[in-house]
Amino acid sequence: MAEKIVIDARGSFCPGPLMELIAKLKSAQVGDELEVLSSDKGSATDIPEWIAKAGHQIVESREERGIWHITVRKMK
Amino acid sequence: MKILIVGGGMGGTILGNNLARRLAQEIKASKVQLTMLSASDKHFYQPGLLYLAVGAMMPDELYRDQASLLEPGIDFHVDPVEEFLLDDNQVKTQSGTTYDYDILVIATGSRPYMEEIPGLAENAEMFYTEEGALKMLARLREFEGGRVVITVGVPHKCPMAPLEITFMLHDFFKERDILDKVELYYTYPIGRIHSLENVAKWATPEFDQLGIKYETFFNMKEIDGDNKILRSEEGSELEYDLLVTIPAHKGMEVVENQGLGQNGWIPIDRLRLNMEGRDNVFAIGDTTNLPISKAGSTAHFEAEALGENIASMVKIGQSVRDYDGKVFCFIEAGKNRATYASFDYLNPPDPKPPTRTVHWFKVAYNQLYWASARGLL
Ligand SMILES: Cc1cc2nc3c(=O)[nH]c(=O)nc-3n(C[C@H](O)[C@H](O)[C@H](O)COP(=O)(O)OP(=O)(O)OC[C@H]3O[C@@H](n4cnc5c(N)ncnc54)[C@H](O)[C@@H]3O)c2cc1C
Repeated sequence: MAEKIVIDARGSFCPGPLMELIAKLKSAQVGDELEVLSSDKGSATDIPEWIAKAGHQIVESREERGIWHITVRKMK
Repeated sequence: MKILIVGGGMGGTILGNNLARRLAQEIKASKVQLTMLSASDKHFYQPGLLYLAVGAMMPDELYRDQASLLEPGIDFHVDPVEEFLLDDNQVKTQSGTTYDYDILVIATGSRPYMEEIPGLAENAEMFYTEEGALKMLARLREFEGGRVVITVGVPHKCPMAPLEITFMLHDFFKERDILDKVELYYTYPIGRIHSLENVAKWATPEFDQLGIKYETFFNMKEIDGDNKILRSEEGSELEYDLLVTIPAHKGMEVVENQGLGQNGWIPIDRLRLNMEGRDNVFAIGDTTNLPISKAGSTAHFEAEALGENIASMVKIGQSVRDYDGKVFCFIEAGKNRATYASFDYLNPPDPKPPTRTVHWFKVAYNQLYWASARGLL
């Protein structure tokens, strides 16, 4: 497995953290882990919701000083 | 000091004119050489494509001679860059010329990447090129009714385009008096109808009122053109009679092939706009990897911040300000109304209800843009 890919989407209102993740996932390999950094608390719900629908996996979701770190694994 | 700008679009042109003014004395005294390389002798006002697709602007309104927009202090060449030799502070161009620089700014923009989705290029209409917009207009003119599906790839430039084209299609079919035979069906990649929460909050009741249907969490997977079916990554299937797409984008091929950034997106510092690991290479506009809108206004505000900084580096040896992530987008809302969204890294937008005044300002801006590119607005 490659190194974790970090997506720094802090301060991104548009396109926003989830869109950034969707774009980056396309060029990642199956099995890769991607960590999204988001200053939007909505990411803690909308990223897991999309990940479930699209058939990928949440590895970890935590908040650290107002920044959400959400790690996902590409499954297909 | 040699300053080299690669790209003569929105970002490159505004930066070039900004620097030519700020450094007029230094250029006159031959202390600074300001050069711009572009791929075309024409400047292309891309936002006009949205209007071209519905017959509201003509192609000749979208172009000006690039040289006519530039301050005299800029040494302009139509000679696209083919190699970036960043370790040697040089670029090589199509004509075989090598250009040295002390400061390099890359502003080469982005391009639609239809090939990503099987069947998309063959079966969908798109308005992101002049050819595509004209073909779409012809299709719209002959369309007799049925389901029109709007589908959105990521990342794409102009984040308002999906909503705007939907409202404009509604008006177009209404004017053609076939709205009762048309079902507009909008899809969007995330769980609401626009990435900006406040814009989605405003647009959702507008869609409901106009009878525009929508499906969220919809990311294109493939198109079965024979059966006119669009499938999503999330497992949904949609039949269509007319498919309109806002395609995913990539940076320019040369940026990608030269290894400057994955998919042609150059990784830069969000405040200073310099390329990661390089102090004298900057990128602005669509070609950056910043998690903000790929829009002309982004390129404009980045160009202004960078212009001030490059000029101050020349004059006092250091930069003076950070780019704050500012973006400003008009939003055409149909029925000759529009609103706008203005935001930065820290402050989300709060769009007001659309008005006719803002629409007419946007229409006027389609002409005023040329003054803006010259740096007069
Ligand atoms: C349909 C549509 C609607 C839009 N609506 C809006 C809107 O309402 N508001 C808004 O703010 N934005 C809008 N945009 C987005 C806006 O047009 C772009 O974000 C903006 O043009 C980006 O500026 P740029 O300088 O990064 O790139 P561009 O303006 O695309 O310029 C790139 C330049 O690089 C040159 N170039 C390319 N390759 C090379 C090379 N190898 N060497 C040298 N030069 C090269 C090109 O010739 C061109 O001059 C819209 C875009 C489209 C397509």
